[in-house]
Amino acid sequence: MTQPAEYYQRDRGRHPPAYTPAYKTSVARSPRYSLISLEQSASEVTGPVFGHNDVAALDHDLIKNYAKNGDPIGERIIVHGRVLDENARPVPNTLVEIWQANAGGRYRHKKDTYLAPIDPNFGGCGRTITDENGYYAFRTVKPGAYPWRNMVNNWRPAHIHVSVFGASFCQRLITQLYFEGDPLIPLCPIVQTIPDPDAIDQLTAKLDMNATIPLDTIAYRFDIVLRGRRSTLFENRLEGN
Amino acid sequence: MGQSLNYLKETPSQTAGPYVHIGLAPGAAGFDIYDRELGWDIAGPNAKGERIRVEGLVIDGTGSPIKDVMLEAWQANADGNYAHPEGGGDVEEGFRGWGRVITDFETGAWGFDTVKPGAVMGRSGKLMAPHINLWIVARGINIGLNTRMYFDDEAGANAKDPVINLIEWENRRSTLIARRSEREGQAVYRFDIRVQGENETVFFDI
Repeated sequence: MTQPAEYYQRDRGRHPPAYTPAYKTSVARSPRYSLISLEQSASEVTGPVFGHNDVAALDHDLIKNYAKNGDPIGERIIVHGRVLDENARPVPNTLVEIWQANAGGRYRHKKDTYLAPIDPNFGGCGRTITDENGYYAFRTVKPGAYPWRNMVNNWRPAHIHVSVFGASFCQRLITQLYFEGDPLIPLCPIVQTIPDPDAIDQLTAKLDMNATIPLDTIAYRFDIVLRGRRSTLFENRLEGN
Repeated sequence: MGQSLNYLKETPSQTAGPYVHIGLAPGAAGFDIYDRELGWDIAGPNAKGERIRVEGLVIDGTGSPIKDVMLEAWQANADGNYAHPEGGGDVEEGFRGWGRVITDFETGAWGFDTVKPGAVMGRSGKLMAPHINLWIVARGINIGLNTRMYFDDEAGANAKDPVINLIEWENRRSTLIARRSEREGQAVYRFDIRVQGENETVFFDI
């Protein structure tokens, strides 16, 4: 019986812990017992497979995918990069989904009541499938900062939520992309749930002048790294077999 | 100093936040944008096996239902195969085995329709009892929580399941077992997930 090659153990010290009291909502929503570590089986090393049939042509273009009578207001930006694994191998054909507030910092969501207006031409979500090199790109407008109820005067830095699948359920990841130079990053209790400053830098997209379209759209680069996987070379030489 | 290993590091997680629905289930957020939302049909029309419904709440440490959760389900078909190149074998046309489930904003109730999965081959040839893998994200959850839902009418298989048996505290094992009932002739399994507090659900580092 061959074993599936395992994915590298997740470095939990690089991720935010569950209990982060400065982000108040986490207090009652964080498990108190330790996670139980599993050796991976088929249930963990498999995951949903997506294809180009799952997405439509404009799904990655947030400037056009909800436009009703013109383009949305805001700074036109390209967000692009590669999905890689910890071995620096590209993760091809994987679903990348994003969602964000509009340029005023308002979400198109029935539970968002911030006074900044809804943009009639902006939905705020997009999705795409990475190509054979793990590459993806979205066009959108830069989201605005917005206030949120935590302490009385907390503001989220401009950010885009990012959801990625990888090739297995154990690579599943949701995170947030921030923008280089935003002075709200060090002040945000959600950003600061991440203990390692180097890990916060990994969530900060860099201005990418080489990818900007002159006189049209500015670009930010955001590479995403998912868990890597062990080589299968020695899979038959496992203890107990 | 030796050589550098040059591994990249995994991108850190951040909470999905309160507006996860905009990106992943925009219909629930209140608008229509995609031709087809993903993850609403887990089993497809051709799947063999018993059609079941799974329902529950996700409950926080104060005992209140969490009303802005997104769950993802990942399961094998009735033969115990996943719809994946390493999934163990073929699955029916249209069977994806993956679902996305949103809690009701007013009550926190969630539910999905699927087929009951079969037993899945585990490590070292030990069969795993039928189960549905779940991943839970929400505002206030900094990194998605992984758990498994097993079935109370599989007591024999559950007793031999290598993952259930990994749980040292036998009194916590029942937090992974859904309870079966019948409603208008359909099998309904109840599975409440307690993120914190009394009877906290077992979560896994997978």
